[in-house]
Amino acid sequence: MENHGSLKSYVTGFILSIILTIIPLLLVTNHAFSKGALVAAIITMAVLQFVIQLVFFMHIRESEKPRYNVFALALGIVFVITIVIGSIWIMTFNSVVQ
Amino acid sequence: MMSAITSQHDHHVEELESMKVMGFWIFLVTDCLIFGTLFATYAVLVNHIANGPSGKEIFELSGVTWETFILLTSSFTSGLAMLAMHKGNKKQIINWLIVTILLGMSFVGLEVREFAHMVDEGASISTSAFLTAFFTLVGTHGLHVSLGILWMIGLIIQLFQRGLNVKTKRKLTVIGLYWHFLDVVWIFIFTIVYLMGVM
Amino acid sequence: MWEKIKDFSSGFFVTGEPMIYGADVAIVLVSLAIVYVLTRYKKWGWLWREWLTTVDHKKIGIMYIIAALLMLFRGGVDALLMRTQLALPGLHFLDSNHYNEIFTTHGTIMILFMAMPLMFGLFNIAVPLQIGARDVAYPFLNAVSFWMFFFGALLFNLSFVIGGSPNAGWLSYPPLSEIPYSSGPGQNFYVWGINISGIGSTATGINFLVTILKMRAPGMKLMKMPLFTWSVLASCILIIFSFPVFTATLAMLYIDRFLGGHFFTMTGAGNPMMYINLIWMWGHPEVYIVVLPAFGIFSEVVATFSKKKIFGYKSMVFSLILISVISYFTWAHHFFTMGAGADVNTFFAIATMAIAIPTGVKIFNWLFTMYKGRIEFSQPMLWTIGFIVCFVIGGATGVMLSIAPADYQYHNSYFLIAHFHNTLIGGVVFGYLAGLIYWWPKMFGFKLNDRLGKWAFWFWNIGFYVCFLPQYALGFMGMTRRLYTYGWDRGWASLNFVSTIGAFLMGIGFIFQAVQIIYSIKHGEKDTTGDPWNGRTLEWSIPSPAPHYNFAVVPYAPEQDAWWEMKKKMQDPDYKKEKVELEPIHMPKNTGIPFIMSFFWFIAGFGFTFEWVWMIVVGLIGVAATMFARSFQYDDDYYIPVEEIKETESAMGRVV
Repeated sequence: MENHGSLKSYVTGFILSIILTIIPLLLVTNHAFSKGALVAAIITMAVLQFVIQLVFFMHIRESEKPRYNVFALALGIVFVITIVIGSIWIMTFNSVVQ
Repeated sequence: MMSAITSQHDHHVEELESMKVMGFWIFLVTDCLIFGTLFATYAVLVNHIANGPSGKEIFELSGVTWETFILLTSSFTSGLAMLAMHKGNKKQIINWLIVTILLGMSFVGLEVREFAHMVDEGASISTSAFLTAFFTLVGTHGLHVSLGILWMIGLIIQLFQRGLNVKTKRKLTVIGLYWHFLDVVWIFIFTIVYLMGVM
Repeated sequence: MWEKIKDFSSGFFVTGEPMIYGADVAIVLVSLAIVYVLTRYKKWGWLWREWLTTVDHKKIGIMYIIAALLMLFRGGVDALLMRTQLALPGLHFLDSNHYNEIFTTHGTIMILFMAMPLMFGLFNIAVPLQIGARDVAYPFLNAVSFWMFFFGALLFNLSFVIGGSPNAGWLSYPPLSEIPYSSGPGQNFYVWGINISGIGSTATGINFLVTILKMRAPGMKLMKMPLFTWSVLASCILIIFSFPVFTATLAMLYIDRFLGGHFFTMTGAGNPMMYINLIWMWGHPEVYIVVLPAFGIFSEVVATFSKKKIFGYKSMVFSLILISVISYFTWAHHFFTMGAGADVNTFFAIATMAIAIPTGVKIFNWLFTMYKGRIEFSQPMLWTIGFIVCFVIGGATGVMLSIAPADYQYHNSYFLIAHFHNTLIGGVVFGYLAGLIYWWPKMFGFKLNDRLGKWAFWFWNIGFYVCFLPQYALGFMGMTRRLYTYGWDRGWASLNFVSTIGAFLMGIGFIFQAVQIIYSIKHGEKDTTGDPWNGRTLEWSIPSPAPHYNFAVVPYAPEQDAWWEMKKKMQDPDYKKEKVELEPIHMPKNTGIPFIMSFFWFIAGFGFTFEWVWMIVVGLIGVAATMFARSFQYDDDYYIPVEEIKETESAMGRVV
């Protein structure tokens, strides 16, 4: 279990997460862009915050080789995206029919 | 001779403990899939509001913002508990865990209040498909947080009873991962449910 | 007061069906008999110590297999009941509701409570031994998995005498499975029986994934592992990434039923199609979860009984991985006709066709292995050859079904039923039976009788074709699935009658197997060497039955077919056996917590089924309390001293 962090890594992660929370909040409450661009922006920042927390809180870069947990997570993300996008695609037949 | 055996035993125990951390990562991946399924369902049903309110009409961003920063901070303090563990400071670990628990309880309290308020306003789990999906997704997350709090309490008791050893360190690592994972899920709930909901 | 009890009982117990009353009597008698035998021979302590609290993967495997064979009996009886009702037009053997309950339980039991536990049993029996490990990664979790399966299956099985069976098909589609159309406890039995058992399945997926990745013998690289182990790895990956979807989806159905939710209802803007979409996201990987280990077994059997290394090991591994990955992108082929649109259907049709390619590669590799091998027609080999013919037919009809426009004709007809039974029986059942016979001596120390086994095989094999080939034709003739009866004017009578004969032939095959087991316990040829088949992999290097610690000395196994290579070396005249220092072996302690915790899940599940909140609370508190108790349990292991290892080994004729 060599997944140490330093105080620096936790504080960096914390501050970056706060920033990546505040920005989307401000963008949305101030209707900064059109809906499409807004959605793209906040999702991008959510994904970024996810990666930040993986690196700075969960120390995913420091796992011992072979990095099965990283591989499992990557595969998991692929499948979650498949489930979400796949479902939306399959279930929007209504719009096609209309 | 004895020391060779005991050090071999210790090494073996360490290997088993690190395997438990790996197994827990895999479990977290299965939990990702559960939430993924709930997110997919939410995404498909988000506009199915029947005669009930939409997200825009019932979400209160101020309370949600508080919940978000409280949970994020608790994720940070659970990290501080881990740092204390690496320094071998049992008292500090327990203190930071207690802070994490208190923040976690505040999160759950705020969420319960949010749900109760919605139900009062006529927006319950049986009002519409949108609301069923909302309460299930956000409620499942809240349930995970609540179970995590109980788990941490159990861990604190074990730290008092047994101090820091290979096993308790692994248990702390595992609950730390769990707690961080819950904050990651919340990032997406905050973004996809609440932020997109009020747009 | 008496009135109240009568009222409650008539709702609680299933009444009015002679067959069910008969089942009630049988259950009570068998239970009493078991209690009597255990008490008379003073075996309660033995039961608790040796079986209910075991964390030994070999014993857990045996328990899974016993349970699965009992479920095979029940699922088979369901099949015979259905085929009897359909033998001729207009029969009144089963009314429509009873017929619906039977096809529902037949499907649910065969897939979830027969195939899955039989598979997990074979995982447990063979994988740690094949990789030279002394245990699985998480022995405690392994026991939890079994007992969760046991109590989940028990809950489901109770439904036909208490409360009423589910009757909305093995996948419980809404809106039929929602409250307006299924207001009784049947659907709740379904959700909770499966979800409780499903927790165990997911846990097994994690357990064996980590076991295979982290606990292989020194020197055994991934690309040197036995192919059965590879197939288990692939299957576990599928389990991990698909079971959570099933769990969540069934939970959502229950939320609709229990809390008035609108996920999949016809009211409140719910969408039933979303359930079908999600359930098949699990459902398709599920069929690969069960068939890949069968493929793994075939690889072992073909190589062993052709006395030849498997042809194309690398492509076998690659095809397993490819099948696993592609299987996640085919799920919509189960509902081509539901209206998702041509572009969606096209994507899924192509992905489905693509999956036939790596599968075909495997078939060819097995054939190429047999070519120029010295083939022994043992029982496992017979089942394998039977599989190759049978499964190829099933696979071909699968490709037919994958053509989306054509599927508009085949969907939900008897053509579909014939296809999936073709692949499930020809692939999964034949494979697991081959594996059971193959590893039986390692489990119990004796072989299953050959003659009875070959009779069993031929009845199953021929019976299969007699039963299901007519069903392809019936599908083309317009017969839809889940029909409880049909008219003389259809022209379906003769083919249905033939099909029923086939079903009973398979039933006779099963009887032969039951007799075979009982006969072999007394008269089966003893396995004195531990290597009854002149095998190629490490499980055959240890005595039969395997000692509780598996390997006295952890083997160094750097080559493919490790045991075969070791035997070759041992035949070398210059071979000198290395002197090894025995070391104490680290073992996990037995514990009653998996059994007790799963029992509390059963209580909670029963409460959820009947919506008795007090019982739900009691059950869940029990679960939490046992989990807490486990968390506080630090003294869970011990060491086997070297003297005990030496004694055990020499008692089995081994010198270390």
